[in-house]
Amino acid sequence: MNKLELQKTANEIRKGIISGVHAAKAGHPGGSLSATEIFTYLYFEEMNVDPKNPNDPDRDRFVLSKGHTAPGLYATLAHKGYFPVEDLLTLRQIGSHLQGHPCKQHTPGIDMSSGSLGQGISAACGMALAGKLQNKSYRVYALLGDGEIEEGQVWEAAMFAAAKKLDNLVVIVDNNGLQIDGSIEEVNSPYPIDKKFEAFNFHVINVEDGNDFDQLEAAFKEAREVTGVPTAIIAKTVKGKGVSFMENQVSWHGTAPNDEQYAVAMEDLKKVEEALCQK
Amino acid sequence: MSEVKKIATRASYGEALVELGKEHDDLVVLDADLAAATKTGTFKKAFPDRFFDCGIAESNLMGVAAGIATTGMVPFASTFAMFAAGRAFEQVRNSIGYPHLNVKIGATHAGISVGEDGATHQCNEDIALMRTIPGMTIINPADDVEAKAAVRAAYEMDGPVYLRFGRLAVPVINDENYKFEIGKGVQLRDGKDLTIVATGLCVSSALDAADLLEKDGISVRIINIHTIKPLDEDILVKAAKETGKIVTVEEHSVIGGLGAAVCEALSEKMPVPVKRIGVNDVYGESGPAAKLIEKYGLDGKGIYESVKEFLGK
Repeated sequence: MNKLELQKTANEIRKGIISGVHAAKAGHPGGSLSATEIFTYLYFEEMNVDPKNPNDPDRDRFVLSKGHTAPGLYATLAHKGYFPVEDLLTLRQIGSHLQGHPCKQHTPGIDMSSGSLGQGISAACGMALAGKLQNKSYRVYALLGDGEIEEGQVWEAAMFAAAKKLDNLVVIVDNNGLQIDGSIEEVNSPYPIDKKFEAFNFHVINVEDGNDFDQLEAAFKEAREVTGVPTAIIAKTVKGKGVSFMENQVSWHGTAPNDEQYAVAMEDLKKVEEALCQK
Repeated sequence: MSEVKKIATRASYGEALVELGKEHDDLVVLDADLAAATKTGTFKKAFPDRFFDCGIAESNLMGVAAGIATTGMVPFASTFAMFAAGRAFEQVRNSIGYPHLNVKIGATHAGISVGEDGATHQCNEDIALMRTIPGMTIINPADDVEAKAAVRAAYEMDGPVYLRFGRLAVPVINDENYKFEIGKGVQLRDGKDLTIVATGLCVSSALDAADLLEKDGISVRIINIHTIKPLDEDILVKAAKETGKIVTVEEHSVIGGLGAAVCEALSEKMPVPVKRIGVNDVYGESGPAAKLIEKYGLDGKGIYESVKEFLGK
């Protein structure tokens, strides 16, 4: 996919996020929107996956360790073809396969159930280790929140990943700077994030703008060249990206837009779409 | 009387892993810096390429096991019961239980028979914790023969299993003809006055108690419940109907363990008086394991005395 197509796809995924969370009257738009380019790049460019064969033993794996941003992953999977886009409107409803947090058993394309923070990265380590053991060439990607890395288990897993030389593992930190109680610096600063992963013997790539496809492409290409150690991509992003009134607002971490706000958000995204179509 | 052979079920676990490892390439063993104590070191020696030490990081241990299981390999994740069921409870619940992954948790050093290490390491709560996880199978073997059979059966079934092993060498009460089936209680002895339902190392104590009770003219049925979940309710209901009274014995808190599970089942299906013998809502303490078993009334004599009191005799 070229850059313009990726941008258009990301914009459609953003619409899916807003529509789903609006319909559910609950969910986490902020961190879904900040990671939209990461989701898009992974599923439409980077990863070897086939929605028609979601359990292919040789596929690349993705673990959404920051599981609360399931709306972003669901919208990505829907647009990739794992299930109908209309399903996004059933988010968080009784009987829906789209649970509040990812559930491996319910949703096609979900490689690991997640949501309790800090746990997904460990499962990703297990997948990467099993790949090595079975001489498989698949790669494993885990997306973490910058608040999530306050969990001790993240660092247990990081130590393990480097000690076991899991160079088929890429950890991405969605560094949008906000968590529920405020800015990550105010709450319990995990900075410097890059230095911490370096100290844990990761190859670290800083991405200045994690909402920019060129920069993401460069980072993921660099990660592919790394041998002997796992990679951490620290991607600076904007929480709520793409929806004017949600950007950099901590209040949109886990709040759904009402009908009026929904209309404004969709209008914002429509304008982006129109601008992209002019290109 | 010939000397009874004694083997710790943790040793049986290590040996069983090696036997299974020879047969199945997809079996992987993980530990958290306790391989010498949990006896997974036996497997490490035989299959170094399929053994992974996660270090002192039990939360990650469970998560890594979960991730391995998603690929179709069968991980056995080992540490002490305190850390497997206690510290890593939520990882077991959310990363293993919720996605119903095929992870086998080999939890050793359960109960007060840990001995000298004392209360911090004596897990009397693990069965209670694990019972609350939907879809979790819980097996607490009584001896070497049963432990080895349980490890094999756990490998052969699909889904998460919590295997509970002990540190202390305990009498081997089953022979090579013993047939083990997950979820099926075993009647070891028939009797008419009451039934003692025991699990783990308390099965052997219960047999000793039955000998003492028989001398007093009390006829005791003995049932070994190795699988706490799913519980063999049929064998319990039958015992309640036929003997009228039930005594449960476990090296675990009387809250939430075998005794609780038996009471829950019988109160709905066949209410009869039940006496729960176990650790009475207290922490353990340091001391030689056998002495602690005596002190907490879980040896043959202790069970005998509790039963007499229960019967008002």
